[in-house]
Amino acid sequence: MKTIVQAEPKAAAERTEHQEFVVPVVNIFETGDGYALEAEMPGVRKDGLEITLEGNEITIIGRRATEPVTGELLFRERSAADYRRVFELDPAIDTSKISAKMEQGMLTLALPKSEQVKPRKITVSD
Amino acid sequence: MNLTRYQRPDLGWAGFGRLSSLRDELDRLFESPWTELARTSQLLSGWSPALDVHEDKDNFVVQAELPGMKREDIDVSLQDGALSISGERKVEKKYEEAEIYRTERFFGKFQRTVTLPTPVAADKVKAQYKDGVLTITLPKTEAAKPKQIDVNVN
Repeated sequence: MKTIVQAEPKAAAERTEHQEFVVPVVNIFETGDGYALEAEMPGVRKDGLEITLEGNEITIIGRRATEPVTGELLFRERSAADYRRVFELDPAIDTSKISAKMEQGMLTLALPKSEQVKPRKITVSD
Repeated sequence: MNLTRYQRPDLGWAGFGRLSSLRDELDRLFESPWTELARTSQLLSGWSPALDVHEDKDNFVVQAELPGMKREDIDVSLQDGALSISGERKVEKKYEEAEIYRTERFFGKFQRTVTLPTPVAADKVKAQYKDGVLTITLPKTEAAKPKQIDVNVN
């Protein structure tokens, strides 16, 4: 089986117990060049993001920049908790080339594959 | 060829097992935070962004989580004291050819309506879309604001 940016490893799940986080929803795509990961983190600004790499594990933390709204709360569905999610990376990903973009509460991670594993054409010599 | 006798699954146990796992599922559902619940209902009815509504003496403030949208794809309207937020999140074309590993995000049309308990000044409503959160401030009409009446007691 191909390892991809996969579900949260057990050890990481245990670490979250002391603090409450919500898990951001994600979409993950694979193209020939690498992976793209989109994570929804409404209320998080660029400076509230903490993305850390440890071995082949990437941890995404998004801290909400909530401006307090005064008054009485009539209706509540939104969570005030910060976001956190851990992914295990495909070893084919070149971790030195990972880039991130934050736009309207949506994080997009570009996870390019290293040159050696990218599909390429081999020319046949005579 | 060997014939093995078909063995019916032990219904007593199997039934129990299934029931208890369903129960676990339900328990988990009710223990999970609001967002999870909201998401479960999204599965049944397209998607609906999470909302908060605040009220102070002058305004109502409605906040909706709409990450990764374009301003022009969000519509806000007020009619007969009901605020309606609608729009459409379009599927991005750039990943059309890509292999999909996870799709947890919702796409398509959404609509949410909030009925406001007191009249608001429609011409003074303000909406702001920032960091994926839509914030709508609806000032109350003068008549709807609480008034302090001084009573002289002789």
